[in-house]
Amino acid sequence: MTAAGNPAVTGVGRPMMGGRRLSLTWVGAVPFLAYVGVFLFLPTAIIAVGAFFSESGFTLSNFANLSRSYIVTATINSIILSAVTAVAGAVLGAVLTYAIATGNPKGVVRRIAVSASGVLAQFGGVTLAFAFIATIGQAGFVYLWLAQHNLDIYANGIWLFELRGLELVYLYFQIPLMVLVFLPAVDGIRPQWREATESLGGGSWHYWRYVAGPLLAPAFLGATLLLFANALSAYATAAALVNQGGVILPLQISNAITSEVGLHEPGFAKAQAVVLIAIVAIVTALYGILQRRTARWLT
Amino acid sequence: MSTTRPGIEVRLENLSRRYSGVTALDGLNLTMAPGELVALLGPSGCGKTTALRLVAGLEDADGGRVVIGGQDVTNVPANKREIGMVFQAYSLFPHMTAMQNVEFGMQLHEVGVAERRKRAVDMLDLVGLSAHVNKYANQMSGGQQQRVALARALAIEPKVLLLDEPLSALDARVRARLRDEIRRVQLEVGTTTLFVTHDQEEALAIADRVGVMNAGHIEQLGPPTAIYSRPATPFVAEFVGLTNRLAGVVRGGEVEVRGKRLPLVKPDSTEGPAIALVRPEAVSVAADGDMSAGPLVGSVISTVFLGATSRVTVDLGDITVLAQLPTSEVGAITTGTKVRLSLRTDPVLIARDEKAATEA
Amino acid sequence: MIRARRAKLRLFRIVTFLLFGAFFIVPIYAMFEFSTRGNGENAPRTLDNWKAIGTYPDMVAGIVNSLELAVITSIASLVVLVPTMVWVRLRLPRLRRVIELISLLPLTIPAIVLVVGFSPMYQWMGNNFSDSILTLSFAYAILVLPYAYRALDAGLAAIDVKTLSEAARSLGAGWPTVIWRVIVPNISSALLNAALLSVALVLGEYTIANNLLYPNLQVSLVSLGRTNAGVSIAVAVASLLFAFALLIAISFVGRPRRMRSEVA
Repeated sequence: MTAAGNPAVTGVGRPMMGGRRLSLTWVGAVPFLAYVGVFLFLPTAIIAVGAFFSESGFTLSNFANLSRSYIVTATINSIILSAVTAVAGAVLGAVLTYAIATGNPKGVVRRIAVSASGVLAQFGGVTLAFAFIATIGQAGFVYLWLAQHNLDIYANGIWLFELRGLELVYLYFQIPLMVLVFLPAVDGIRPQWREATESLGGGSWHYWRYVAGPLLAPAFLGATLLLFANALSAYATAAALVNQGGVILPLQISNAITSEVGLHEPGFAKAQAVVLIAIVAIVTALYGILQRRTARWLT
Repeated sequence: MSTTRPGIEVRLENLSRRYSGVTALDGLNLTMAPGELVALLGPSGCGKTTALRLVAGLEDADGGRVVIGGQDVTNVPANKREIGMVFQAYSLFPHMTAMQNVEFGMQLHEVGVAERRKRAVDMLDLVGLSAHVNKYANQMSGGQQQRVALARALAIEPKVLLLDEPLSALDARVRARLRDEIRRVQLEVGTTTLFVTHDQEEALAIADRVGVMNAGHIEQLGPPTAIYSRPATPFVAEFVGLTNRLAGVVRGGEVEVRGKRLPLVKPDSTEGPAIALVRPEAVSVAADGDMSAGPLVGSVISTVFLGATSRVTVDLGDITVLAQLPTSEVGAITTGTKVRLSLRTDPVLIARDEKAATEA
Repeated sequence: MIRARRAKLRLFRIVTFLLFGAFFIVPIYAMFEFSTRGNGENAPRTLDNWKAIGTYPDMVAGIVNSLELAVITSIASLVVLVPTMVWVRLRLPRLRRVIELISLLPLTIPAIVLVVGFSPMYQWMGNNFSDSILTLSFAYAILVLPYAYRALDAGLAAIDVKTLSEAARSLGAGWPTVIWRVIVPNISSALLNAALLSVALVLGEYTIANNLLYPNLQVSLVSLGRTNAGVSIAVAVASLLFAFALLIAISFVGRPRRMRSEVA
């Protein structure tokens, strides 16, 4: 039997009529595309449509409702929280990254540090909140130990369950995320550049000011943006930790879906979601641009 | 282009360096005359790069001194030694153009903007890259990058120029051209230069003197012709150029090798069995005449055409011998041809151990 | 001078690792400490909190729900992804980039945003099909997509899918046989990798479950936390240990692959 005659080899048993051939090949991708269409694109469409349309057609009233004071406060809080933890996480993370990068690239310390960063960057939500409650909650051993030594960190209020508490807790996953994102760039700094700077008459200050600083700046900035987007999107940690209703935007969104308000104003939550995703999208796009600059110099 | 600074003497006195139990340098001594180009040649691990980095100040010596222009700089940090350095790879700063790279050193030395721009243009012109002044490292070939690195190092008018295997990462063809460029520039500028390499062809081609290094010390220091034609130790003989190792016996100031008596470089060597080191150029091949069996008669295993010369590998039964002759004399000699070898009566070096010196 | 600089660097590294190490380890230790406290001032360590986990039916129900969701989600995502990725590699290479981009989308869309779109869908589903918590696996399969895709992509890249499938087809195999008996056995470690990553993600998921009002592990955990801190933290520690075990399993699953391909 020749190859041409062997039915298995001619292909998927497709009918040999010119036009139909292509569509049957595409059938293979349908299950995936259909699934993603229903459970990824449909929800996104629901949000987009629901935010901009109501029974009476196109409207911006849902967005107008965002000017309610508690929404404005929550949005501002979200931005402050994200900015603070992004910058603090970036700076602290950069220090840790430098400590990791200057060690033996094949050493144990490095491998542990990188694996730990991978794990801790994902470690968020409820478990993280509980961990901090167990540490510096009013029954936490660190709080108790400090109190025994006459250092009541809650003398002016229990800040763990407020915005300030979130700022501290968020660092727990922001710093490892910084390490993961920034380490490749720091690895790209060649020792020859430092030695070249020295041979040309420069000291440490000159090296950082003219060589390492400018080279790492795009990566650092990009990573900070990524941390910002990460903090802005976070929900679970705050939900588990903060008792007062909606101190940040994700919590307000949650309220809008699960409460009475949500039933009467279906577009309200969607408008908030649009605002959140818009900020995240812009920040992520900027990060992408900075990434390309970094890659050009440091790979 | 003339330089404002005449060549400067550089002295390495008794330098030693140890790390993690290994002795990288063992009391190295070297005096470089003003304007001289000295090549440190040796296999990896011989200490040549360590020596260079000690002169640069990128490593601290465990003992000894580095003296540049009469000044003891052993305890002076690298950025105050006024050296110029070219690295093997990643020489250039990726975020600066060629021009900015060359200007950078002058900027650190607080040279005025106009002056440093002019000097940078001159230096880039000197290395033949005037057309590339605004290009970045990733827009230039490896050879061009190294030329910019050279321009950058010389722009600050260093007292000594240090080159750490600058050609090793480049293509063979680029290497040959660039090494001649480096020599041309060095002669024109007149800076005392230390050039580290593991490629003997490079060292022999451009150096005023070559220091062959092995295991942390210099085995022989001298002009390239001396290194090649009159190797002082078996290591040098085997590292530089090719060598045949022929078993023989030392007797009466000569060595008897395969029926021939050859004079010795050191006639007072102790008698007894020894290994004679014979260069392939000292072996000639004849395909006619008396072909009766003998210690120097065998058949050709292969001939390799190298251009002006050819290399013929001959199987003498118990060993293989390499002969190198002008291609015009190869004639009809090919694989399988029966040939008779003869050895030129040049003085030879002998080695005692069976173990070969470390190969390049 | 260089020696002094190197010594300063070493000191900096030691101090940095100590300080950061403490920051990251102390809260985890605190959880262990909290969950093993005995009653009273100087009571000895006890596992009472741990043993009491079983006495909270809602908590147990949450754990069981999450485990079931983990299994269903990982299997479902593999069943959809593997044939699609094989098919695209063989027949629709132009779609590859598209599929890859789609698979990475869930990483950029925050869960709290997605759930806003899920909410009306799940209400409809609850009214018209089923309001079982297991319907969450539809949403979870999307969340899991980026991680599963990357793991499977790495596994498929390591074998020559084209040659293997053509060989099998020439021997008379139908597509289900090709996938099930030829491709799948050769990407077993990637499959396991993807499955374990899915399990880890599902067990830790809170945002979607909480906002759709389903009691999974994390949601039940938060409820329990309001009434009994000790037991809830014991559960949290347990889930942490389990995630850690999964991580170790994942890192071991990666290795044997290389040896096998060298023999081939």
